[in-house]
Amino acid sequence: MTPTPELNVILATDCGSTTTKAILIEQRDGHYRLAARGEAPTTVEAPAEDVTCGVVNAMQEIEDLTGRRFVENEHLLVPRQPDGSGADAYVSTSSAGGGLQMMVAGVVLQMTAESAARAALGAGAIVMDTLATNDRRRVFERIERIRNLRPDMILLSGGTDGGTVRHVVSLAEIIAAADPKPRFGSDYRLPVVYAGNIEARTAIQATLGGKSALQIVDNIRPTLECENLKPARDAIHDLFLEHVMAHAPGYKKLMTWTSAPIMPTPGAVGDIMQLIARRESIQVVGVDIGGATTDVFSVFRTEAATPASAQVFNRTVSANLGMSYSISNVVAEATIPNIMRWIPFDVDERLLRNGIRNKMIRPTTIPQQRESLMIEQAICREALRLAFVQHKNMAVGLKGVQQQRTIGDAFSQATSGATLVNMLTLDMLVGSGGVLSHAPRRQQAALMMIDGFAPEGVTQLAVDSIFMMPHLGVLAQINERAAIEVFEADCLIHLGAVVAPVGTAPYGTPCLTLTLRGETHTFATGEMRVLPLYDGETAEVTLRPTRHFDLGAGKGKPLTKTVRGGVVGLIIDTRGRPLQLPEKPAVRIAALQQWNRALQVYPE
Amino acid sequence: MGNAFSPGLKVLAATTLRRERRLPIAGDVLVGMGAHVAAEHVVMRTELPGPADMMNVISMLGILPGELPHYMVKKEGARVEKGELIAESKGMFGLFKTRVESTMTGTLEAISPVTGQVTLRGLPVPVEVTAYVDGVVIERVEKESVTIETTGTFIQGIFGIGGEAIGTIVLATQAAHEELKPEHLTAAHAGCIVVGGSFASFATVQQARALGIRALIVGGLDDADLKRMLGYELGVAITGHETLGISLIITEGFGTIPMAGKTFDLLRACAGMKASVNGRTQIRAGVMRPEIIVPRPATHAVDERTTRLLLELGTRVRAIREPYFGRLGAVSALPVEPVELPTESMARVVAITFDDGTTATMPRANVEVIAIL
Repeated sequence: MTPTPELNVILATDCGSTTTKAILIEQRDGHYRLAARGEAPTTVEAPAEDVTCGVVNAMQEIEDLTGRRFVENEHLLVPRQPDGSGADAYVSTSSAGGGLQMMVAGVVLQMTAESAARAALGAGAIVMDTLATNDRRRVFERIERIRNLRPDMILLSGGTDGGTVRHVVSLAEIIAAADPKPRFGSDYRLPVVYAGNIEARTAIQATLGGKSALQIVDNIRPTLECENLKPARDAIHDLFLEHVMAHAPGYKKLMTWTSAPIMPTPGAVGDIMQLIARRESIQVVGVDIGGATTDVFSVFRTEAATPASAQVFNRTVSANLGMSYSISNVVAEATIPNIMRWIPFDVDERLLRNGIRNKMIRPTTIPQQRESLMIEQAICREALRLAFVQHKNMAVGLKGVQQQRTIGDAFSQATSGATLVNMLTLDMLVGSGGVLSHAPRRQQAALMMIDGFAPEGVTQLAVDSIFMMPHLGVLAQINERAAIEVFEADCLIHLGAVVAPVGTAPYGTPCLTLTLRGETHTFATGEMRVLPLYDGETAEVTLRPTRHFDLGAGKGKPLTKTVRGGVVGLIIDTRGRPLQLPEKPAVRIAALQQWNRALQVYPE
Repeated sequence: MGNAFSPGLKVLAATTLRRERRLPIAGDVLVGMGAHVAAEHVVMRTELPGPADMMNVISMLGILPGELPHYMVKKEGARVEKGELIAESKGMFGLFKTRVESTMTGTLEAISPVTGQVTLRGLPVPVEVTAYVDGVVIERVEKESVTIETTGTFIQGIFGIGGEAIGTIVLATQAAHEELKPEHLTAAHAGCIVVGGSFASFATVQQARALGIRALIVGGLDDADLKRMLGYELGVAITGHETLGISLIITEGFGTIPMAGKTFDLLRACAGMKASVNGRTQIRAGVMRPEIIVPRPATHAVDERTTRLLLELGTRVRAIREPYFGRLGAVSALPVEPVELPTESMARVVAITFDDGTTATMPRANVEVIAIL
């Protein structure tokens, strides 16, 4: 879409599952800045059953804060009125109603099915299940799975162009036999995107044409060495708007209000991450940890990328890792001992388990005591760790746009699945979501991200101040400059950099010597310390790891880097990688307490 | 001073409530407008499409997909019995034929000349929907749904497992703070909905299952016991589909927590009456809580839908987070300005005077309104 320079007053909302968040952006003195923020409960469910009620309520909070009028007769005032009321543009994202829930299918689990999953995830969907001819399930089990899950949409891929027809048609027959009904309403047909072998199109049309809203696009994997995700992603986005959104309560009306198509929330966050990585030419990992789901985004350069500056974007969603609705699932997946290892005091397991369950059944409660906060932040570390493991497993091999590979590469991708995520070359780790953005001390957000992601080498840390990345992602569709200016000025809070040598050695043995502004500091293995380097400052640091440790230049090799400060400072983490905590509970608790004191994580 | 909307649970002695009963797919509505129905009455009926199976017939016959139609004995749409011949090879001189028999009774739905697969569809699965509550049909949507209206007592729990159950309410403990133990349960409780006090252990629930008790209602439960009952760690709070043979509703939370006095007293007043309960819980947007409905005549019934859960001075509330978890009291102040908590977070708070006369301040997010009428 062409940028519209005359946009001075912009409204944006993110309609989440529980809360609709609105922001007001204004251009003053030639720069776009955040002017106000409001929120209200999302109104997709009864009794309102109209998403626009929540949007109007959130806007009314902005009206209260600014003393200006943006709503009239339950409608947004767009464009701006002669009396100055209203806004020049309005954009929105949505994850209400559980977001876009998809199933994907491909002939081979590690090849076309994996490409299909990447396409769906990149488009902002939750992948409920992946079907493949080699998924070790019997046919009737696959049919029952589709019937039970009731996805919003199915992406079917399989076969290179000119390759197998029979296998991909066989998958189509399974979908036809399941005859799944969509979640919202029974009066429309389930959207199915076919992005497989071009020669199977006629048979696919014959099999699924009468039973679904079938859309046929270019093959996701036209040859073994080439992955082409964009046509499938675009089709998913179009069908999302046309079918899923249009049937969710109130969205038809909302779609008439917006100045650009409504985007799925994670799709918009992914867009802003890519935009920033491209502009700054950096490699980024981002996380958005919510109440129900955790999204992880990464933008990395690969050696195979052409040109050399080209970057590979990946997004994954961990549908049942979150800090309120899904908190018990984090415990189920991480197990209680892994949660307890981050808690810096003795805790009774029965009380801990019941306490976590009580948070699950009353998800809107907040910690009142320091100990409750510490337990929630311990769970957050595990949610981040698990979500990142899932991300590293999915962000592998091929890139998102046309990429030439050799036949040998293609086969190694299918078997090895080497991750694209390289922590030693990662430049920035960005956190978003209530538990990180609203942590009482920024040190807590920094430490949760360090413990959850275990960054290696030298990595900048930042958090989204008030969770506005979705708004800025969709805003970038109509005005990229506005999105970037607000992102840099109001959205990102720089926490500082973390230096974390890779390697292990007994705690207490020499690990690292660091020189900052002429002062030399030495660190033993097993330490956490912070050196003053404030927001807006940059400095050159010289790092000399001992022979067991590597900071990116090789074991024992020195490294000089320019680092940016932040509200926390320069954090030195010599606990080693992979990160291992002391096993004995008393020793572990003492170590956690010492690290917390060193970083002033909690009030004394 | 101000007021605010807050999450909460309803404990209503006399209310008018409606329950929509909906078919999963279009079917027959068996009752008319104004009909008086009992909870157990079947009010709607339909048939779900049967399970599907696919047979790789070409590999069984050793032929190519395009040849398949010539080898089929049964055609698309034909009714088939399990074990009935559906395809066979030509054999040699009419002998040594390879026979392919149907794996299920139902319909031969599709023959694919592309893949050589044959799709079979099993017999339709009949589905019957009962009224669930004693009441009157006040709305009828042809082929889709009916709405039953009733008056009576309505109590929401905080969490439950198991689906709908109907039975007579029986109290098995004397007080709200008393733990429900296996020895409290007897054979006379079979088919009943049994109310306990503060807690039920795994052993108690097992005893209830063995005795054929339809549902248990208690204050609290241990998470470790829940895991033992289900056989797995419950990840997300979406329940109701469990097939334990019993429904379980907790009114307060996890741990040993005395049932709120008003809830216990109301259930005591309903002892001997027929109740409809549902353990189904969904803690997502559009939250669903487990419920206990005791239909009974009421002269001053309030409409359940109009009961507002408003946090204001004097509102009865339950603290739902440590350090005051489970304590009951009334709102004594609602300061407007946010207050710094011991965690250093800023939050809007509420002051509560507990039932023992002590007071405390806590985040508004950490109280739950108990709508008692």
